[in-house]
Amino acid sequence: MSIKNHPDPATLLSFAAGTLPEALAAAVAAHAALCAECRGEIADMELIGASLMLRTEPVERPTRSVVRAPAPGLPSPKLPATTRDFHDDRLPSPIARVYGLTFDTIPWKRLGPGVWHHRLPLTDGVEGDLRLLKIAAGRRMPEHGHGGSELTLVLDGAYSDETGTFRFGDIQDVDEDIEHTPMADPDVGCVCLIASDRPARFKGLVARLVQPWTGL
Amino acid sequence: MLGTAHDARPRPRPGPARQWGSMSDLLSRIATDRSDEAFRSLFDEYRPRVRRYMLQQGADGDLADELAQETLVTVWRKAALYSSEKGSPSAWIFTIARNLRIDRIRRQRGWQELTDEHAANIPSEDEPADSRVDQQQRQVRVQAALRDLPPEQIEAVTLAFIEGLPHSEIAERLSLPLGTVKSRIRLAYAKLREALDELR
Repeated sequence: MSIKNHPDPATLLSFAAGTLPEALAAAVAAHAALCAECRGEIADMELIGASLMLRTEPVERPTRSVVRAPAPGLPSPKLPATTRDFHDDRLPSPIARVYGLTFDTIPWKRLGPGVWHHRLPLTDGVEGDLRLLKIAAGRRMPEHGHGGSELTLVLDGAYSDETGTFRFGDIQDVDEDIEHTPMADPDVGCVCLIASDRPARFKGLVARLVQPWTGL
Repeated sequence: MLGTAHDARPRPRPGPARQWGSMSDLLSRIATDRSDEAFRSLFDEYRPRVRRYMLQQGADGDLADELAQETLVTVWRKAALYSSEKGSPSAWIFTIARNLRIDRIRRQRGWQELTDEHAANIPSEDEPADSRVDQQQRQVRVQAALRDLPPEQIEAVTLAFIEGLPHSEIAERLSLPLGTVKSRIRLAYAKLREALDELR
């Protein structure tokens, strides 16, 4: 397996800083679960955070100071689970774990001819959109509404656009100003995870999907 | 062979390297002996800094106290899971604080793992464990490289890590196009990357 397309370093750094919007962070976590190189980069970026947070200039000492080691049995703080119970070839473990899915149990819902999706809910009140998308062989990927940042992670098959071909584990990191017309692989189609920091523009999507792509 | 004059063990150098070394020692004493005294030292060192971080991320005084406390409680509880041999305790503590902040200040789902878990999951065929210089050395290198960054680059990186601003808000704060913010961050990271690659 060789992954050729990675998130922009600025996106990875935002992930490491903990400032990347939730949907995009999910896609980066999913990519990182498949990509040792990016895990290494994120770990290095966390060293930046440590250096900046712990820089040695004097800090105000808190007035209340509790210095006793805590008794055992305190409730555990809410941190992301660290177990990797879900191992599946194609669905990255963070997505599998959080949403309780495996690749073969994704409850696909038909959006139009040759296009299925499954929406992955975000935390209440958080803006953005995260969904799995399945596109039949040779079909154009639906216009899922740019206007923000968007990450597309390939989980099965492949797709191509003007910039190249994206295969399993590849992530395409695009800005609002990028126009592209991705097409699913003509033989095997494509399953991907699409994350955006803006809500999906569904009207255009559905309108576009009801008619097969004719090359216009 | 080295002469007798060189047989003496090198004296510990002052500065961050020693500081991080001793933090590793404290962590391992917490992990193995559950040493109350070691925890107190670690607590005194990190709590004010974690508290300051939480304040800069927008917590009020009470919440900052609470989250700093919780960060250090997590260190106490998880010390045994942390591999202090090669890891950077500071990076580990940073990631604990960061994840608490995402959860409790930003109120979003945190997709980030703690730093030791990345290190543990780097497969050997990509990067044999022995070839990866330990994170403490990398930490020292990053610290030094950060000092050499041009002010506009360190500013962008600091706004991300310390003030917790997404790129779009950094752009707003600095009245710059988003692309400029991203390119400053990329340039900053490229310099750090270069400094780290020299270690290999």
